[in-house]
Amino acid sequence: MAERPEDLNLPNAVITRIIKEALPDGVNVSKEARRAISQAASVFVLYATSCANNFAMKAKRKTLNAGDVLAAMEEMEFERFLEPLREALEVYKDQKGKKEVSEQKRKDKEKKVDSGNDRSREDEEGEEEEEDQQQRMEEEPEEEPEEEEVEN
Amino acid sequence: MSQTNPDKDSPASEAKKTISLPTSRVRLIMKSSPDVSSINQDALFLTTKATELFVQHLALTSFTNGSGREANTLDYSDLAKTAEETETFHFLTDILPKKILARDYLNSLEQLEDEDADV
Repeated sequence: MAERPEDLNLPNAVITRIIKEALPDGVNVSKEARRAISQAASVFVLYATSCANNFAMKAKRKTLNAGDVLAAMEEMEFERFLEPLREALEVYKDQKGKKEVSEQKRKDKEKKVDSGNDRSREDEEGEEEEEDQQQRMEEEPEEEPEEEEVEN
Repeated sequence: MSQTNPDKDSPASEAKKTISLPTSRVRLIMKSSPDVSSINQDALFLTTKATELFVQHLALTSFTNGSGREANTLDYSDLAKTAEETETFHFLTDILPKKILARDYLNSLEQLEDEDADV
């Protein structure tokens, strides 16, 4: 749950970067405009969630899925987002699949190169999703015996 | 480590390119909606991506239709105008109200009172 109202804001630095990327070079965006866009984005998330949730409830499901979000975009008349969203989802799913394979490869390689340097790997992965943490935890037990072999 | 094994960083940096807003924060906002019980990974990803598209679309629409185009600026008034005039952005009118001067507001109130008095 959100404990403070600020928790419902999106990070300003990221919002500012997205705005800059969308506009032609050299456009000056006022502070007030940036704040307003950021608030608008939070409201958009709530509106989209509520629409998507209606679709899930209609189908008697408790978990929001990709189809609900896409249907919500249509209902909100943001059809223009549908194509880019579908494409992004493809890439995302692709990466998820690849990551699982490459993660294992990566670990094998790392052990050959440098067995003791576990900390740096954790730092680099710190930003990733919980899902990855889960994967890591599942893989950890296999990893440890291997490492002992190398050290001995 | 990244020098010794360059290809190991590529999946993570590619993932960063698809979305830049933090999904954890977006999830928090989604969960603040009272009826929502759970959200799957794909739905969270799509909502995050959609929010980025929305930010771009709102900024570009407001700039293109706004008054600061010549001066290369985007200001609050351009956003308020977009919320009012563009159908798909109507849901923003509550949080992007048009600003008017207190003097103008008082004048319009007076006018209303005059009209009421006439009736």
